[in-house]
Amino acid sequence: MTINTLAKGGWDREQMACFRKMEKVIVAMQDPDMGMKMRNQRLLITVIPHAMTGVLGELLLWCLTEAVHLSGMLVRYGYIYPLKEPRSLVLRPDESPYRFQTPYFWTSTRWPASELDYAIYLAKKNIRKQGELMEYEKERYSLLHKRINHTWDFVVMQAREQLRASKQRRKADRIVLECQEQAYWLINRPPPGAHNVLDMGLERPNNFSKTVGVFVYDVPSLCICVCMCSFVKYSEQYQNHDPIMQGCLPSNPWISDDTAHWTMSSEIVPTPTRLRVERWSFSFMELLKDIMGMREFMLYLEKEFSAENLCFWQACEDIRHGESSRILEKVEDIYKNFLAPGAARWVNIDSKTMDKTLQGLRHPHRFVMDDAQMHIYFLMKKDSYPRYLKSDLYKNMLAKAIVPQETKKSVFPFMRRQRHSSPSPAQAVIQVTEEDGHAKGAGRAGTNSAAGSHV
Amino acid sequence: FSLCLYLISPLVPEMATQEVQLNETLSHLKTESDTLKTKLEEERAKLHDVELHQVAEKVDGLGQFVMKTRRTLKGHGNKVLCMDWCKDKRRIVSSSQDGKVIVWDAFTTNKEHAVTMPCTWVMACAYAPSGCAVACGGLDNKCSVYPLSLDKNENLAAKKKSVAMHTNYLSACSFTNSDMQILTSSGDGTCALWDVESGQLLQSFHGHAADVLCLDLAPSETGNTFVSGGCDKKANVWDMRSGQCIQSFETHESDINSVRYYPSGDAFASGSDDATCRLYDLRADREVAIYSKESIIFGVSSVDFSLSGRLLFGGYNDYTINVWDVLKGTRVSILFGHENRVSTLRVSPDGTAFCSGSWDHTLRV
Repeated sequence: MTINTLAKGGWDREQMACFRKMEKVIVAMQDPDMGMKMRNQRLLITVIPHAMTGVLGELLLWCLTEAVHLSGMLVRYGYIYPLKEPRSLVLRPDESPYRFQTPYFWTSTRWPASELDYAIYLAKKNIRKQGELMEYEKERYSLLHKRINHTWDFVVMQAREQLRASKQRRKADRIVLECQEQAYWLINRPPPGAHNVLDMGLERPNNFSKTVGVFVYDVPSLCICVCMCSFVKYSEQYQNHDPIMQGCLPSNPWISDDTAHWTMSSEIVPTPTRLRVERWSFSFMELLKDIMGMREFMLYLEKEFSAENLCFWQACEDIRHGESSRILEKVEDIYKNFLAPGAARWVNIDSKTMDKTLQGLRHPHRFVMDDAQMHIYFLMKKDSYPRYLKSDLYKNMLAKAIVPQETKKSVFPFMRRQRHSSPSPAQAVIQVTEEDGHAKGAGRAGTNSAAGSHV
Repeated sequence: FSLCLYLISPLVPEMATQEVQLNETLSHLKTESDTLKTKLEEERAKLHDVELHQVAEKVDGLGQFVMKTRRTLKGHGNKVLCMDWCKDKRRIVSSSQDGKVIVWDAFTTNKEHAVTMPCTWVMACAYAPSGCAVACGGLDNKCSVYPLSLDKNENLAAKKKSVAMHTNYLSACSFTNSDMQILTSSGDGTCALWDVESGQLLQSFHGHAADVLCLDLAPSETGNTFVSGGCDKKANVWDMRSGQCIQSFETHESDINSVRYYPSGDAFASGSDDATCRLYDLRADREVAIYSKESIIFGVSSVDFSLSGRLLFGGYNDYTINVWDVLKGTRVSILFGHENRVSTLRVSPDGTAFCSGSWDHTLRV
């Protein structure tokens, strides 16, 4: 269990924001007109003012939906504490009385909790009643005694003073003060094994005040209306393809434990699904992202005698994302095959881009083919791609594509299917043969049923 | 005594004036940059003529969403800090505070590989596109790549390859389109692109004024940009080729913990300690939506979109997951289940599910 003992300076950051927001809610709750109903509450024989019962019900009225969760958090962080059995900062759905924590003890006001204060608190408990300290508190007490021994006289003196002052109060006030203090220390020095709500993870940030940071860039800003409409269009177009929104056929594997959906959508299948083929028509990028889509497109281009464009694009992608050590050899290959005069698969690039590219070839680097690649990409996108979508090749593909049947819910809903494991992608790669491009994809579950695992 | 006095007096008065001059130049530059910033904001505001939810008024509302936990992955001994999906749509890699990195088949909930890092707080992990390796890093200031061996007896740590070196903790890492390059972000305020094979630094990205906490690669056609978010409340968009920051957004009121591109690549969402998620449009060059509620007071640790971009999932520090309707700006659902902060959240590659990791030591799908 880690306790962050950061200096207050390091905490003047927005991580405090959530404490301040909780405190704002708390203040609003105590508003005399709109706030929650409070009354005097009898605890044993003492009457405690401004307490609430049926807190859960009251809070539900106040906060609507996630009230329970939010209220639970408020109690966890000590802004509301229970009067009976005050050791446990948990919200109970019954009539037990609670009270708002005084602002004096709010987390943002008294951060970080000091060792000295903790020592005084434990000392008070010890003096007040023998045996009132719990085991872990006794351990911490003796640890503190060793650590701040030099100020121990001060600690004891303070403890005695505070006890004496509190004896002069009314019993009700005294009990309230004790409960408040106890709740505060349950948060700031949680018992071992208890959830430390003040654990904030790693400290950050490191501040570098040197950067002035003005960025002058030339981004043509589009009218908002156009942008917003594009989001609406995109979401509508993809809605049927979004399994979380519309479900997926034959069934979502995570819900039904049936991997048929994944089998049907593997990288290479004899017949792709209809949704998949439809997606190829959404954008050129969708077509190229899909291995089968790219293959189909290549077939089409071969018919049109412009396949070298796609090959060129693929070769450029290989340079961009490949190993640094092979860039030189790949660039040379591309030049030989696609750019050199009289090359076997010469690509048609405008003279300006060609000149620039040839210049760049003198000092080849990862992005030297970028301009040429983009030129060819947009050529294909504007010209070949739309024609492909109108072609018989594509239309036949769409017609042949399968629409999986929705799996009917099983007759015995409680019988869970066996969840079969699938070959790891790491294994699959070993089996790839480059010539025919057939990859035994990782999506082929079910064939491995011998290794089926029960959960 | 006289000797002491001599030493104390500023030995080089010129240095003192030089310092004053430097400070003056700096403050002059700062005022200039501030005026430019206000001018930019004014120009941006002129193009603001409608809100996203107004345009989306005609769109059908979403009905009640029932999302349940379908798998719970138990096995980490401490806070889960990060996770990533494999392209095969069912395997994931996760990392935790105690230095353990585990590869799971989330569908069967079996653990397939486990590595113990030499450092604690492994805040970043990523699955390689081929599925044959994972990258991870944290307080060791490095990003290391572990090839996934199928030999159960082989110690994965033996084949480890140190790729990235930063001067402070590693906060996030991601492979680019292939296994050959890794993009990293760090507490030292920079992002960097590395060649995996040689460990060479290909490009570095300077511009954040504080720790960079997150990054995401753009799914765009030309695939050359990425966005990063940091403790300086800024989200920056970078050109991977030149190392330049091409766009910057500063509307959050606190640290940006997570950034994620909208599926079309035209926008990105961010989640911050200020308890809001925001959507920024790259073409309009401004924030276009805020996802927040009065009753949501705890910070957002991670965000991701559903496949169509209609839903935005946010993992929060109050242990919940809020699901937002991106177009209408309303909250569709709130998911309970984790018993501590949700620290990481990713939608699976085919959108059939999403996985959340939490400080309660578990992952849920």
